[in-house]
Amino acid sequence: MALTNDHTVKAFDEDLNRLRGLISEMGGRAEQALLQAMTSLSKGDLDLAAQVVRDDKKIDALEAEVEQLAVQTIALRAPMADDLREMIAALKIVSVVERIGDYAKNIAKRVALMDQTRSIEAIPLLISMSNIVAELIHDALDSFAARDAELAVRVTVRDKNVDDFYNSIFRTLVTFMMENPKYITESAHLLFVAKNLERMGDHATNIAEMVYYVVTGDHMEERERGEQPEDGAAEQEQG
Amino acid sequence: MTQDDLTIADPKMKAHGVNVFYGEKQAINDVSIDVGTDLVTAFIGPSGCGKSTFLRSLNRMNDTVASAKVTGQIELDGEDIYAPSMDVVQLRARVGMVFQKPNPFPKSIYDNVGYGPRIHGLAPNKADLDVIVERALVRAGLWDEVKDRLAESGTALSGGQQQRLCIARAIAVDPEVILMDEPCSALDPIATAKIEELIHELRGKYAIVIVTHNMQQAARVSQRTAFFHLGTLVEYGKTTDIFTNPKQERTKDYITGRYG
Repeated sequence: MALTNDHTVKAFDEDLNRLRGLISEMGGRAEQALLQAMTSLSKGDLDLAAQVVRDDKKIDALEAEVEQLAVQTIALRAPMADDLREMIAALKIVSVVERIGDYAKNIAKRVALMDQTRSIEAIPLLISMSNIVAELIHDALDSFAARDAELAVRVTVRDKNVDDFYNSIFRTLVTFMMENPKYITESAHLLFVAKNLERMGDHATNIAEMVYYVVTGDHMEERERGEQPEDGAAEQEQG
Repeated sequence: MTQDDLTIADPKMKAHGVNVFYGEKQAINDVSIDVGTDLVTAFIGPSGCGKSTFLRSLNRMNDTVASAKVTGQIELDGEDIYAPSMDVVQLRARVGMVFQKPNPFPKSIYDNVGYGPRIHGLAPNKADLDVIVERALVRAGLWDEVKDRLAESGTALSGGQQQRLCIARAIAVDPEVILMDEPCSALDPIATAKIEELIHELRGKYAIVIVTHNMQQAARVSQRTAFFHLGTLVEYGKTTDIFTNPKQERTKDYITGRYG
């Protein structure tokens, strides 16, 4: 990751680098939580699911640590301009990453409730969708570490693929439920999983937008909106 | 330099293409800036960047330096202040100045404030002068602290009180612009806060220009900030923009502590 080492007061650089390191670590854990949650879902691995739930506490602890460090740095160093924007973005980004962790935990919690779901055809689609979401989260946090506004823009553009996936899975699951009323409970859980993944993609987009603001000082142009998700809620929540 | 959405409808002072030389050395290079009537304008920049030199050209204080030469145009209400017809004494009453180190006259508190109005003929009699002195001290936030000891020497006051006395002295001649050159650098944080509060209260009554090394102070008291570097005006903009999203790399490096 890009180190900062050009302030006259070197201790300030150390604070900033520590902050960036913590956020990178937090992002890595959230990404891992997502991938493990999806693995536990596809394999019915309850131990792995339980581990995802446990590990979420570490993400929460990292959020608290970043908040404390950011507040302390603002108080002691009085950052200005891009440094100030970075502090504010750091505070917002960690709360978003924490939400991503919560969604992964929520997916993991559903595994125990869905014994019969392994034959549902939507699961491979969900795995593919989650891989895209994990990449978006990864790239959004990379764009923060590298101060890369272009990568941030690409993340927001690619979020449309997630929305498309969501619409497709939504249709697949609704059709499946109509044909297999016995599986309605499992299918409903999978709808929530899809919804969680879709929200995670939006959160990755939020991070990318904040990175763009940190780097450029301007807010990203309202991106081209993709097709509205078919339950009509996803984009409205995003603001 | 950028001028994005930086229109000042009714500038009190306009500087255009100003150069200042000390002998052979050029201290200010082609600076143009408008000072708003209802605004506090802060000049920031590293030592030697020319901000104080430029401030002092706004009321011709540089005239007192033999080797100094000013070219370009500086107007007060559209009037060229370097025109031969300009009365410099009158100009400095209209464009008052407060310095880094409080410099009260070795006279009574009353006389410190009353001296200017008296020599400018603003007070025909003692009663008028009493009113002017009280009003200036009230505006400078010093009245309650000194009203019972107006005959005491101005130099007996604390540093912060002395600085407010100097501001009262500047106000007493009813100026249009007040120039402040590092007015708080010799003061403790409480006295500094009082001066900053005073600047806030005086805004609107006088156009105020303040030179400060303390960037937090510039951020706290001003609505417009100008960043000087090596005798040039690098960036001039809304204070909020300068401190959150400066357009120039040199401004950013300076305000974020990366300079040099």
